[in-house]
Amino acid sequence: MRTLAPFLKNYKKESILAPFFKFLEVVFDLLVPVVIARIIDVGIARDDRGFIIQNFLILILMAAAGLTVSITAQYFAAKASVGFSTELRQAVYDHVQGLSYTELDRLGTDTLITRLTDDINQVQNGLNMGLRLLLRSPFIVIGSMVMAFTINVRCALIFAAAIPVLFLVVFVIMYLSIPLFGRVQGKLDAVTGLTRENLTGVRVIRAFCREKEAVEEFDQSNLALTKLNEFVGRLSALLNPVTYVLINIATVILINNAGLQVSLGNMQQGEVVALYNYMAQMIVELIKLASLIITLNKSAACAGRVADILKVDSTMEFAGSSSGDSTGSRSVEFQNVTFSYQGTGAPSLTDISFSVKRGETVGIIGGTGSGKSTLVNLIARFYDATSGEILLDGENIKNYSRRALRDKIGVVPQRAALFKGNIRDNMKWGREDATDEEIWSALTTAQAREIVEGKPGQLDFALEQNGKNLSGGQRQRLTIARALVKNPEILILDDSASALDFATDAALRKALAGLGGQVTTFLVSQRAASIRQADQILVLDDGALCGLGTHDTLIRSCSTYREIYFSQFPEERNRYENGEKISGRQDGTPVISGKEVLS
Amino acid sequence: MKTDTAQQKNNSMEILWKVLRFIGRYRFLLILSIVLASASVILQLYVPILFGDAIDEIVGEGQVNFDNMWYYLSRILVMVIVSGAATWIMNIINNRMTYNTVRDIRAKAIRHIQELPLSYLDQHSTGDIISRVIADTDILSDGLLLGFTQLFSGIVTIIGTLIFMLSKNVWITLLVIVLTPLSFFVAKFISGRSFQMFRKQSDARGRQTALIEEMIGNQKLVQAFGYEEKSSARFSQVNKELKEYSQKAVFFSSLTNPSTRFVNNVIYAAVALVGAFLIPGGYLTVGGLSVLLAYANQYMKPFNDISSVITELQNALACASRIFAFLEEAPESPDASGSVDNVQGEVDIENVCFSYTPDKKLIENFNLHVSPGKRIAIVGPTGCGKTTFINLLMRFYDVNGGTISVDGHPVKELSRHALRKSYGMVLQDTWIKNGTVRENICIGKPDASEDEIIEAAKKSHSWEFIRRLPKGLDTVLKEDSLSQGQKQLLCITRVMLCLPPMLILDEATSSIDTRTEMMIQEAFDQMMEGRTSFIVAHRLSTIRNADTILVMKDGSIIEQGSHDELMKKGGFYENLYNSQFVNVTE
Repeated sequence: MRTLAPFLKNYKKESILAPFFKFLEVVFDLLVPVVIARIIDVGIARDDRGFIIQNFLILILMAAAGLTVSITAQYFAAKASVGFSTELRQAVYDHVQGLSYTELDRLGTDTLITRLTDDINQVQNGLNMGLRLLLRSPFIVIGSMVMAFTINVRCALIFAAAIPVLFLVVFVIMYLSIPLFGRVQGKLDAVTGLTRENLTGVRVIRAFCREKEAVEEFDQSNLALTKLNEFVGRLSALLNPVTYVLINIATVILINNAGLQVSLGNMQQGEVVALYNYMAQMIVELIKLASLIITLNKSAACAGRVADILKVDSTMEFAGSSSGDSTGSRSVEFQNVTFSYQGTGAPSLTDISFSVKRGETVGIIGGTGSGKSTLVNLIARFYDATSGEILLDGENIKNYSRRALRDKIGVVPQRAALFKGNIRDNMKWGREDATDEEIWSALTTAQAREIVEGKPGQLDFALEQNGKNLSGGQRQRLTIARALVKNPEILILDDSASALDFATDAALRKALAGLGGQVTTFLVSQRAASIRQADQILVLDDGALCGLGTHDTLIRSCSTYREIYFSQFPEERNRYENGEKISGRQDGTPVISGKEVLS
Repeated sequence: MKTDTAQQKNNSMEILWKVLRFIGRYRFLLILSIVLASASVILQLYVPILFGDAIDEIVGEGQVNFDNMWYYLSRILVMVIVSGAATWIMNIINNRMTYNTVRDIRAKAIRHIQELPLSYLDQHSTGDIISRVIADTDILSDGLLLGFTQLFSGIVTIIGTLIFMLSKNVWITLLVIVLTPLSFFVAKFISGRSFQMFRKQSDARGRQTALIEEMIGNQKLVQAFGYEEKSSARFSQVNKELKEYSQKAVFFSSLTNPSTRFVNNVIYAAVALVGAFLIPGGYLTVGGLSVLLAYANQYMKPFNDISSVITELQNALACASRIFAFLEEAPESPDASGSVDNVQGEVDIENVCFSYTPDKKLIENFNLHVSPGKRIAIVGPTGCGKTTFINLLMRFYDVNGGTISVDGHPVKELSRHALRKSYGMVLQDTWIKNGTVRENICIGKPDASEDEIIEAAKKSHSWEFIRRLPKGLDTVLKEDSLSQGQKQLLCITRVMLCLPPMLILDEATSSIDTRTEMMIQEAFDQMMEGRTSFIVAHRLSTIRNADTILVMKDGSIIEQGSHDELMKKGGFYENLYNSQFVNVTE
């Protein structure tokens, strides 16, 4: 809670004024029974019509005053709560911008989106209700008691005794049932999960004839939910009747006492009516208070979750500024790099060392989960190595400022994501000030020129969210172009040509090779054909670098590489085993595997 | 003799009837609930009158009739306790009715899912069906609960209040009845105004959510391109817009309560005024006035409750209609009872025609004879009908014409279970149950022993990673605790464990890297020995040693034969196969 308090700072005035005006409204409400008592005891007793009308007008005036202050209170509450949530939302959003991949992985995108939308809305609601109502009910309850004391001390003592008992009852029932609401949600999640499972797994369930078991499992979960719901319902259903009975018992005692007091001449009949009215007001407020507490409790939980996000600090710090020596020959160097993802035991990369010269093309290959993507993520410092050093242009990667580093590197991620907006805007993600010519040239290199030329409006063609109005292959080529617009010194393609057919893939690699000697390119791929012409190939197996060299050397020296290669080119195995020379990149050789042809 | 429009008007009545039919099981509870509600409301309304009578016994100094007062007070105590108990029991009954009705609906829905044809499930999004089964029933349950608890007691309260007020004084009652609609007008006026603001607010909120989903959803990319500041700036702009509309919307909507309270206060004052004029004439007592004031204060509440209950009920009925639309979807054709033992694996397909939509023909005049133990591979470009063929073999879809027979029995004469039990299936789309690894593997053979499971896992090369999981076989799997390749290995293990007489492998190894695939291939070869198997695969290396390769294109078989035969033939397959070795650099 304390984490969120600063966001109310700019609305200090409003958040004090809102309850204050609410308090004034309560004062007017509380005066009503007093006026009524005067009407009865003075006006009716003396049959003074003028006095009665005068007091009637006072009642109307009080109602009008009550309306005015209450509207004022609502205004300040709305201003404070919406203002607060606006600032909070911006702060959380900005905070997320600064988190590193490690935190993003841990928190998860879905969580962040819910926090920014639903949770903050709930907090806003809670704050608004709280500012308006949280103080009203206690004001009225306590105020009723104070007013009772002004009328008759002995009768007021009954109020003083009843109020704590009522609060205790409300508190105990809430205290017991609120955690149960959480458990109900859990049980409902289980039922939802099973429903989803029955739908997504329908083929497997039917294929294995598991319909009966699936239904039985669902029934169990459904029954558990129902039982818990009934239990919680039984408990919370107590709240109203119990408070009702208690307050009426208190009223009975009150009237009994009042009878005694009136009989002794310490009190008048109208005052009895006033006391009775205060009791009646209290019960209405107590019930409102109970439902308000439920809402506030929900908001408090949401506020806690939002605060948790703000409490997450980036584990990565960037240095002031250094751009490295971009004239040297060494572009990227790994020195005994080991890396484990947070919260996992075994390292994903173990003791990796290699060095890449400026302008070289590096192929990275390995089985599923061997650490290929992890390795290229380290080059862009999306994660920090657990041990070892990574040098960029001879300078430790940790000495670069965030901007200098990200400007140097163009990344094409596995998942081809584009944004709502036209193609030009998407391309400018790479560089804000890129001209149309530069964009077209990048599109040409990425083999995406025809795609854009074929669209109405060309660069102005509007993409839907995630580029849904393009095919997978088209998206991939546009994301490659986007990285090229940046003119990066280091280009990383993380298996980002997987949806391209073999001819386009080959043409793309040719075009990339023609970019000139300054761009260092990392190519991650499952396809041996895509990387075999690289200057260096890194072969990864279960996080370890098990082969490093050109295709020709690896095919002889590295058994893992050999296995991968032959699993995709079975014909070559025979030739190899027959002692024929394995074709290198000089001769024409298989470039695609069977996988793509038939897909 | 109903006309169409009349039927549409009756639509919501019809849904209400259907809901009531579900509640029908609990009709005794329903009647009891109504009786209790009436009792508790009438008692609650009567209590203020007794208090008024008691106050009337307290006239002034020395003028207090204690015996009468105590008589009234003791009656109040009894009534209050009885009413409280009735309310509680009524709440419990209402809870039981609604929660059990929802439970019944959900139980019916899950059974219905098992019987729906796959054509329905494939065409409707999972999210939509889930929201019907979960969210819609929840809203229905809330609506029912509110309806039971408030609609009825609200009506009783209004009627009761009016009668009790009339019994005290006719003129004041008429005054309250005449003034009450004022507060409705005020509320309506305000909600009309705030509706505009609410719409603007939800538009702005929609734009903001879209931006959040896009940017935060791709946060890694945002950072990779150094787009953070721009992203923040864009967000800030929408955020400010939202703030402006929100503040107004929240403010306007929060005017309703103070305004209706103001109207109530005016009514209250008017009652006091008129009452005060009437008392000296003997038309009303002081106690009676206090009763009327209490009623005037609470008279509005049931009106507000009822109007909110009616909105809620309308909403609930809308949800109910979505639920019933789902529940009334036609189930699969009735199951036959035929069974087949000791399946040999002879499959005959004669003149089979099939299409998903009538206007787009897919499979036509498909014929194939498969002798027991043969290995059939199916290749062809995307959309050629490979997966459809599998759907027909498993009878996930029924053929439009022709017959498919297993061991000479037409599949339509077999029970679906009998047919499906004879196949083992691994699909490209892996499905992992939320449960332990063991539960997932044992899906086809729940009584498998530990040794059998481990052996199957070893054969399918999944043991390697299962062993390394925190709790081995007892690790609880979640949606994304395994990689796609690992999931596929688990699905293969499932089939390895139950070893059915026939096998269907639809891209079973597509997400597994080529090295592991080669190792699994051996296990597959062993498993397929003597079993009729159907294999769909991208990678030609995996299907080379099939007995028959079917080359499909546009729903029909264009070539058929062994690898060598097809290569010799020099047709589509040969072309396809050799295209692996095209030399682009030449």
